[in-house]
Amino acid sequence: MSDALFEFLCRMGDNTLVLGHRISEWCGVAPVLEEDIALANTALDLIGQTQLWLGLAGEVEDKGRDADRLAFHRDVWDFRNLLLVEQPNGDFGRTMMRQFLFDGWHLAQLKGLMGSDNDQIAAIAEKSVKEVTYHHERATDTVIGLGDGTEESHKRMQAALDRLYPYVGEMFISDAVDEEMVSAGIAPDPASLRPGYDAMLDAVLTEATLQKPADDFAHKGGKSGARHTEHLGHMLTQMQWLQRAYPDATW
Amino acid sequence: MVTEKPSLESVWSWLSAVPDPEIPVISLTDLGIIRDVQWRDETLEVTVTPTYSGCPATSIINLDIETALRAKGIEKLTLKRQLSPAWTTDWLTDTGKARLEEYGIAPPRPAGGPQHCPRCKSTQVEKISQFGSTPCKAQWRCQSCLEPFDYFKCI
Repeated sequence: MSDALFEFLCRMGDNTLVLGHRISEWCGVAPVLEEDIALANTALDLIGQTQLWLGLAGEVEDKGRDADRLAFHRDVWDFRNLLLVEQPNGDFGRTMMRQFLFDGWHLAQLKGLMGSDNDQIAAIAEKSVKEVTYHHERATDTVIGLGDGTEESHKRMQAALDRLYPYVGEMFISDAVDEEMVSAGIAPDPASLRPGYDAMLDAVLTEATLQKPADDFAHKGGKSGARHTEHLGHMLTQMQWLQRAYPDATW
Repeated sequence: MVTEKPSLESVWSWLSAVPDPEIPVISLTDLGIIRDVQWRDETLEVTVTPTYSGCPATSIINLDIETALRAKGIEKLTLKRQLSPAWTTDWLTDTGKARLEEYGIAPPRPAGGPQHCPRCKSTQVEKISQFGSTPCKAQWRCQSCLEPFDYFKCI
């Protein structure tokens, strides 16, 4: 049980960590100042949530690893994030499409976790859901604004959707860890979140004048750790550089 | 020498004099983030809830609480983090809201936007961005006096 719980908490924390780092890459180079600030703020929320998830993961594991140690002293094969969040930023449109596709799942997952039998998980979810509601609202507005925008912005958003949609399916695929979480009353069944997500996606994409790809093929291997894309390793060389060069350095 | 523990009322009043590090016109008690103060035997336990999970002011706030209480002679002190119930802007005191407005930050409203420009009081205002200079604020602009201003997000 505690192994599966640790695994589950790493999945939650690694999603927010990897996406938080990815969008912080925009800091100082976003298209306009307001978007720069918005992306950095979203990154800050996600990194804050990471401290809570990975902090709890470390407690559950009980081997003396805290959130920092888990974030900076593990290599690619130990990360349990979805493949979607490790994908490179691309242009601003692709970054916002990735955010929108993730936020829709993230919000539904956190709402489910608010009813968790594990009080600590329910409390983190209750805290996070307020922040993520805001992320989802902003990402939705941006996807609609750019999708139903100029010819150029529409073309870029459709390209972003075509590229990222194959990473959506992984969010709803269950494995043994999920089954254990469901039977312990800790987390919702991933498959149960799909109908609501699809309805949300269809409504927003229609308004954004974007076409959902017909093929439901899904890449997987991120949340199980079996096979990450090549991008995660490159990202970690940046994110973990200091701890790799100077192990255990502190402020 | 007989020493008595300071009363909880005294501790609350000391905490009400500690300013928020990012918005110094309001205090930590105005912000509504001090959830509880209790004596556990000889140790004072202060329960704090974060505004936003990644707010960088959180660690400074803890340091400021510790500094303020140590200055009052509290030796045994623990700070407890409480996530649930999650902080909401409903816990901002009316005094706090009034001070925000005087300072030029429009206070939060359940309607989701500022009532009026904190400077010229015009109701002709528009949203520039859902995010602002700190996690708790959004950027708005007054269409009458044309000044941009911060709005304290309602959560």
